[in-house]
Amino acid sequence: MKRKTKQKMIKTVSVVVLLFGAVIMLVPFLWMLSTSFKNIADVFKYPPSFFGSEFRWQNYVDVFQTINFLGMLKNTVLVTVAVCVGQLVTSAMAGFAFSYLQFPGRDLIFKIFLFAVMIPFHVMLIPTFVLMRNLKLLNSLWALILPCIVSPLGAFMMKQSYLGIPRSLGEAAAIDGCSPWKIMWVIYFPLSKPTLATLAIFSFMQTWNDFIRPLIFLNSNTKVTLTLGLYNMVGSYATNWGLLMAAVILSILPVLILYLCLQDFFVEGIAMTGLKG
Amino acid sequence: MKSKKRNRDAMWAVVFLAPAVIGLCVFTIYPLIESLIISFTSWDLFTDKVFVGFQNYIDFFRDATGLKVFRNTIFFTFVAVPIQVVISFFLAVALNQKIRGMRFFRGAYFLPSIASMVSISIVWQWLFNTDFGIINYVIKALGGTGLNWLTNAKYSIWTIIIVSCWKGTGYNMMIFLAGLQAIPSTNYEAAELDGCTGLSRLFRIVVPLIKPSTLYVCITCVINSMQVFDQVMIITGGGPARSSSVLVQYLYENAFDYYKMGYASAIGWIMAVFIFVLSAIQFKFMNSDDYSVE
Repeated sequence: MKRKTKQKMIKTVSVVVLLFGAVIMLVPFLWMLSTSFKNIADVFKYPPSFFGSEFRWQNYVDVFQTINFLGMLKNTVLVTVAVCVGQLVTSAMAGFAFSYLQFPGRDLIFKIFLFAVMIPFHVMLIPTFVLMRNLKLLNSLWALILPCIVSPLGAFMMKQSYLGIPRSLGEAAAIDGCSPWKIMWVIYFPLSKPTLATLAIFSFMQTWNDFIRPLIFLNSNTKVTLTLGLYNMVGSYATNWGLLMAAVILSILPVLILYLCLQDFFVEGIAMTGLKG
Repeated sequence: MKSKKRNRDAMWAVVFLAPAVIGLCVFTIYPLIESLIISFTSWDLFTDKVFVGFQNYIDFFRDATGLKVFRNTIFFTFVAVPIQVVISFFLAVALNQKIRGMRFFRGAYFLPSIASMVSISIVWQWLFNTDFGIINYVIKALGGTGLNWLTNAKYSIWTIIIVSCWKGTGYNMMIFLAGLQAIPSTNYEAAELDGCTGLSRLFRIVVPLIKPSTLYVCITCVINSMQVFDQVMIITGGGPARSSSVLVQYLYENAFDYYKMGYASAIGWIMAVFIFVLSAIQFKFMNSDDYSVE
């Protein structure tokens, strides 16, 4: 009997702790939401409260009218989709080569890919900047897309995924006259959907939320992504917190929707990286 | 026969690998080497490079600001990482009990990880506001005096620590949770038979079994903490008086504000070596014995 009550106590304590933590996680978002509906006077009201004197939907309208939100959104979407698709395609192809094909130097090249995963990103910023300058791609979205199109980690993940697919499937198709190209795209690629989803999610999140690359490669007066645009707002629109919060919420919305739709893939993906990483 | 297949495969390998290898060479291998070369020069991006050997590296260790920034970053890393690892581990343990509302908790804890660090930093900058932020409001309501989070050199780095831990905990918790769920129940049953339960079971059995997850969380946290940037740029700007400046920020300033490309590249390499050493130490330290769950 004592064991059972002890277990029940632990469970209750766990729930209390988890709830407390969940509140801490959520309050800043709730505050973000509440501030986005306040007018400027209410933002600076003391003591602070969750509700202002009015529900100022105008803040959200202002986001689209006063700052170039749609432009920022368009740029972010273009870069994110391009990088996402690029990483999926290049990683799938490379992963197939590393897992199904046999050729001299395969293991060496794969080891180089693994080595590349471990390189801290900041080391490569300056030469990439110089390269983009020489290619006259500075202040264009290509400067954000091209350096990120290949993901060595993605290649690793796809290789692991393809190794789990029975080789006999490919060999049977080969006997029927299928080229490796067809084998990959028709057989292996569709069978790796979970890994592709995970890769897509991580790629999407990383690119959508990226800040330092837009900061370096884009001229923040003319071409801007969401992160860079929000950063600019902090300087010049510091007083209009309601507007700023509305913009922040709108910028988070797409990734939030993605998460809510693909929750299980998110969890699966994180579990995979933690267990096999 | 076999060599014919290998040759045919080799041709196909070129097709399949070309995009990834070209991308890797142009955007990873080349910049890596070029960055090292630039670090041995003095270069302002417009005139010619001037070879200066190790002078940039020597200069860094004589640069008071550079060393202060280095100290800040190390302090941040050695505080934020243990906090995150410990808290996310215990949260994962709590969540691993069969509790209702798993989906809600998962969502709530993961939400900070989804939003960009930029968005989160903007909100937290307001939360830390001395006069109107709710952090000080809650402190005062509990009887304390509000702190000048952003304007006092003693506290500014703590705003970065708090925000970083807040954002990273959920993600790390999920990694620990996956590791915990991989422990077969037979281990727990065997422990119970031997009379080992509760805290003792937690530390003697569970912790060793999730070593791979712990190692992964620690190493990635350390790497990310050493490269902290976004939140510093927005919440404190590195101030006041460089009290919260960090290495990547210093690299950025030297390269893109002062056009000291060689010096900035050297900073980058000093960081890279330091990160590598830290990772190697952690790896060695935690891989000394093997309790992994197979």
